[in-house]
Formats: sequence, C-alpha cells, structure tokens
Amino acid sequence: MSLSATTAPPSPAAPPSPDVPSRLRRGRFLNHLDVKYSPYLYIAPFFLIFGAFGLYPMVRTAWMSLHDWDMIGDHSFIGFDNYTRLFSDEYFWNALVNTFGIFALSTIPQLLLALFLANLLNRTFLRAKTFFRMAIFMPNVVSVAAVAIVFGMLFQREFGLFNWLLSLVGVDPVDWDGQRWSSWFAISSMVNWRWTGYNTLILLAGMQAIPKDLYEAAAIDGASPWRQFWQITLPMLKPTFIFVVILSTIGGMQLFTEPLLFANGNILGGSQREFQTLAMYMYEMGIVNLNSAGYGAAVAWAIFMIIVLVSLFNFLLVRRSAK
Amino acid sequence: MSVTTRRTRLAAAALAAITAIGGLAACGNDDDKPAAGEKPAKLVVDTFGEFGYDEIVKQYEKDTGIKVELRKTAQLAEYRPKLVRYLATGKGAADVTALEEGILNEFKPNARNWADLNPLVSDHSKEFLPWKWELGKAPDGRLIGLPTDVGSLAVCYRKDLFQAAGLPTERDQVSALWPDWQGFHDAGLKYKQGSGGKAFIDSITAVSNGVMFQGNGDLFYDKEDNIIADTSPAVKNAWDTATSMADISAKAQTWSPEWSGGFKQGTFAATFCPSWMLGIVSENSGPANKGKWDVASVPGGGGNWGGSWLAVPAQSKYPKEAAKLAEYLTNAKSQVEAFKAKGPLPTNLEALKNEAFIGYTNEYFSNAPTGKIFGESVAKIQPTHLGPKHQAVKENALEPALRAFESGQADKAKAWEQFTKDAKTQGAF
Repeated sequence: MSLSATTAPPSPAAPPSPDVPSRLRRGRFLNHLDVKYSPYLYIAPFFLIFGAFGLYPMVRTAWMSLHDWDMIGDHSFIGFDNYTRLFSDEYFWNALVNTFGIFALSTIPQLLLALFLANLLNRTFLRAKTFFRMAIFMPNVVSVAAVAIVFGMLFQREFGLFNWLLSLVGVDPVDWDGQRWSSWFAISSMVNWRWTGYNTLILLAGMQAIPKDLYEAAAIDGASPWRQFWQITLPMLKPTFIFVVILSTIGGMQLFTEPLLFANGNILGGSQREFQTLAMYMYEMGIVNLNSAGYGAAVAWAIFMIIVLVSLFNFLLVRRSAK
Repeated sequence: MSVTTRRTRLAAAALAAITAIGGLAACGNDDDKPAAGEKPAKLVVDTFGEFGYDEIVKQYEKDTGIKVELRKTAQLAEYRPKLVRYLATGKGAADVTALEEGILNEFKPNARNWADLNPLVSDHSKEFLPWKWELGKAPDGRLIGLPTDVGSLAVCYRKDLFQAAGLPTERDQVSALWPDWQGFHDAGLKYKQGSGGKAFIDSITAVSNGVMFQGNGDLFYDKEDNIIADTSPAVKNAWDTATSMADISAKAQTWSPEWSGGFKQGTFAATFCPSWMLGIVSENSGPANKGKWDVASVPGGGGNWGGSWLAVPAQSKYPKEAAKLAEYLTNAKSQVEAFKAKGPLPTNLEALKNEAFIGYTNEYFSNAPTGKIFGESVAKIQPTHLGPKHQAVKENALEPALRAFESGQADKAKAWEQFTKDAKTQGAF
C-alpha cells in the first residue's frame, strides 16, 4: 500500500465544486449577521429619532446651562453659576409653588373623579358601554390650544360665561386671572376637563385585569360592593394608579399651554406672576429674554430633576406595595 | 459575546447615529451664496401689524421683475420670537425685515446679525426726520435700518358716547378739553358722571405709555445705558399720571380680548392712537361703528409710540437687492401710499410735505384730517433715548405693576416696589 493511498483517503463525496461552499459560507455569514444585528436595526429608528430630538437637545441644554448665553450673540463658560442663582431666585420658587399648586388642584380631584367613573364603567349592568367609554375620552382628542382658548373665554372678566352665571345668583364678577386661587382654579379646570377621561380609561383597563373570582369569593363571604371596592379593587389597582400618577406628574410639571393662553399669551402669567408655571418661567428666561438663554437652560434642567425626584418617590411607593 | 462589549457596541452605534444626524444637519447649512450680480427670483419681506405694502410691492414687481412675498404677523408679540429663531439658527429670515423700535434697540448690541446698509444704498441721511435716522444706526456705526414710520400720538374718541355723556364732540373743542393730563382726567370724570359710571379710557398702562414718550427726559436708562428706572423723574411722572387715572379706566389691557371686544361694546370712550393704531381701532370696532370715532390731539402736546425701520439680515442671500427694496419701500411715494392704505405715519420729510398726505382725510374716523393732525404732531416729537431692554422693562416690569395697582391687587407703594425690583432684573443686559 502506498503511502499516498493512506494520506489521500477516498472521500465518498467527491471534492465539491469550488462555488458551493463559498455560497454556503456566505449564507451562513448573512444568517449570522441577521441574527446578531438585525434586532438593532429594527429598533434603530426609535433611537435615531430619540437621539436627534431627545438626547441631543438634552445634552445641548445641559451644555448651555453652564454658560452665560446670549441667544443671538456671544456666550461664555461660567460653570454652575446659573444653578446657584436658581436657589436665590424668588420668581423660580414662585413658579415652583404655582406649578405644584395647580398640579395638586388638577391631579387630586381628577384622579378621584377618574376612579369613580372607572368604577361606574366597570359595572356589569351598564348598558351602551362602548358609547360611554368613547364619550368620556372625547375631551382628550380636542387640541389643547382650542381647550385653553375656549376656557379662557368662559373665564373672561367682562364677557365671560362664568361671570354671567355668577351674576345671575347675585355674586360679583370674579377677576379670574387677577388672583392666585381663581387663576389656579380656572387653569386646573382645563386640565381636569381634558385628562379625566384618559385616566378613567387607564384605570378601567386596570380594573378589568383584576380576576373576577376574587369578587365572587368576597361576595360569597358577604362583602358589600363598597367593601369589595376598598379591599379588592383599590389594592389590586395600585400599580396602575401609580402609573397614572407618574404620567400626571410629568404632565403637571410641564404645564405650559393652558396658563399661557389663559394669560393672553403673556409669559409672566398674571400681573404679579400669580400663575406662572415652571415651564413658563423657563420660556421667559430661555426664549423671551434673549440674553439669559443659559439660565433658561438651567431652569429646564431643574424641571427635569424635579420630575425625576417626584417619579422616583412614586417608584419607591410601588416597590413597597409590591412587597 | 459578553454583555459589556455588547453594551459598548450599542453605545458606539448610538453615538455614530447621533453624529451622523449632526453631520446631516451640518450639511443642510449650505452656504451657497449666489454669484454676484445674479438677480433673485423672489425677495421676502417680514412685517407685523399693518405696514400697508400690498399695493406698493405690486408696482415694484412690475418695475423690477422680482417677485415679493409679504409675510405678515398680526402681533409684535408673535413676531419677535420668530425673528429671534431666525437669527439664532442663522436661517429662515426674510430678506427685508421690519424692526419695531423696542426690537431694534434690543438687537443693536448684536449688530453683526444685520447687513450694513451704508454701502448698499445711496445716502438718504438728509431725507428723513434726523432723530429717526440716527436711531437706525448701531453703536459700531453700521446702518441697520431705514426709517418707515413714527407713532405720533393722538386721542381716538367716540363722538356718540361723548355726546350722550354731555361732552363736546367737535375735535377742536375736544382737544381744548385737555391741554394737559389734569384736563384729561377731569374730562374723564365728567364723562363717568354723565354716562352713569362708565369708564373713559381703556387702561392706565395706555396712559403711562403716552406720558413716557412725551420727551420729559431719560426713561429706564440714562445715556450710558445704566438702569435708572427707580430714580428717573420721567418714569415717576408717567407713573403718577397713570395711577391717577385708575378711577376712569376700563382695566382692559391693550391687545387682550377685553380690550379688542371693548371697542365694539363701547366699554371705553377714548384711547391713545398713534397713527398706526387707526387701522386697528377701525378693525376692532367694525363697519357698524364707522363715523362714530374721531381724532383729537393728545394732552400735553406731542408724543411717540412705536414706529419701525426696515433692515436686511446678514443671512440674506441677496443683501444688495434687499437693501434696494427697503429703499424703495421707504421712499416718499411709498410712505404716502402706505399711510393712505393703513395709517403708518411717514418719516420721509418729502412725504410729510406731500399734498396728498397733508390733505388726506380718514373716512372711518368721521373724515378727520388725519394727515394734517399727525403731520403737525410729528414736528412736536421729542426723541427719547431708549435703552437696549426698554421694551422688556416696560412690558414685564412697569405695566404688570400698574395693572396690579389698577385691579386692586397691590397698593401704590407696593406696586412701585414691584416695578423697581423687576426693572433691575428685566433691564439687565
């Protein structure tokens, strides 16, 4: 037996023509690429858009906030001076108080009402459910500017509907945008009108995810509907509720269009800044006052930090409830 | 692949994507200036309120073959942020941009945003009101704006309401009622009495505005642009005069719905009218009130509210042609035509002497000889030095404080305190 015979084993499959393995290999390579990278490609559009319209503006704003920045002129680096200035800025704190005040006035009644409505809609005996669910969501579809303009007219001092109604029962006309309480009330009524239905639907979805047998068991044990609501619905609804609270927090901290249009477009929000919100103050400093754009950017970051803090607080509540 | 490397890669990819987008944005910023001498197909003109250019540019289009697009913004408050955006991003500005007095002053420290008109147009320095011409120059000497109009003050009043309240209605007799502000207040009280307690003027901020611009000296800034809002006698005078009028005021803030609705409802019988305001008064009052308004002189002689310039942004691709268009729009003939169309008062000396201007009567305002009335008051205007942030101090410090006093939210001393404090922050530049 020759050596060559052993070293060259007869392969049962004839040596393949040269193009087959390369095609196979390329196929395997593409497959590998597909598995490895196409998921990134699928999610890329979101990240591209987020990068351009979310991340980049945030980083840029942070950069601006470290400068003394003139919108149409020069800028110079000043470190954290803008942030230290925030702490002694009376109007920043005023805007903070206004924002939280309007937030409380709009969120608390709104969520209570939403809870009540969701509970009603969740009843099995209710007829025309879809109609009611649609109807309750309608205000949310209306554009915020339209809502603010119409409500602004209703709350006008001279020719407004509410003052006319008040005059029928002998109450003096209220200068709605002239005082803190009245302006807060007017603005939060716009927010409530627009968002109650939305929150109702989310809470309703949460309620429908609660297993029915819990209620049945409770009913057998003789628990009243009221007791079922307190001891089953509410505890089971807590995660949904926290979600709704976080959403309302973000919306409430960024409140801008309603108070601005209520003030006829005046960025001060009332002659003594009775209802100037944080977002309005940011706009005043960052956009209206050309030479304090850097400070406006610092206000923007302060709003962001406040939202993070409040949301974190809510998140901790969820964690505790989950234990 | 470990989690960390995968994360790094992802981060790298995200970073690459962001840079790519940044690069894209940079690509959009093309700086393709047209070759010199190339004729533009179209020039864009940005104005606010009513400049009355609609018919004038048609003639220009016919003469030059260059199309002109007029972009109008109703209110100055909406116009300014757009302008700021154009300047801050370096794109979007019109070739010819109208600058109101307050905006011009605010933009002057950053004069390089604007083309120097000196080499682009011939010398017009002797053709306009001298003080108006001077204000168009930046501190660095470049000529930013060509004068369009001035806001020479008068009083618009409702004849029918005056008559019902037992006041005279003829414009000369009405002017004689108020040689000074005290007389104006007395007339207001008389009107209130005769009309059963109705308000006489729209708001006290309208009064402060009128008094401030009567040339009683420096206002919020001295000549070196130091803030003197709390010590300036002219400001104090305007404050005292305005606050004394609270009892005859309808408390309707200028431009608010209460204000524009008030013209039709007759919630006030008189308001201060720079000539550009005539078009706004007639629009707010509607055709039904035609012939009920008339024009009388302002207490205490002349005064000036507003007025504008035409400027060419440095970012315009056709600065030369744009400057020529601005020159055309501000020449005597155009200014007379604009006045007849919408009421902006000429600043071109030749236009002010023009027969068609002097002889012009306004049909809506009971055929008042507005050309003559405003033409005469132009001569009385005492130019006032306005600092860089005059507008901000006026709108965001003085007027809110006055409104707080007017509506009873703050007493006089507290409102003054609010004003002087805010003036310092609003006036800083």
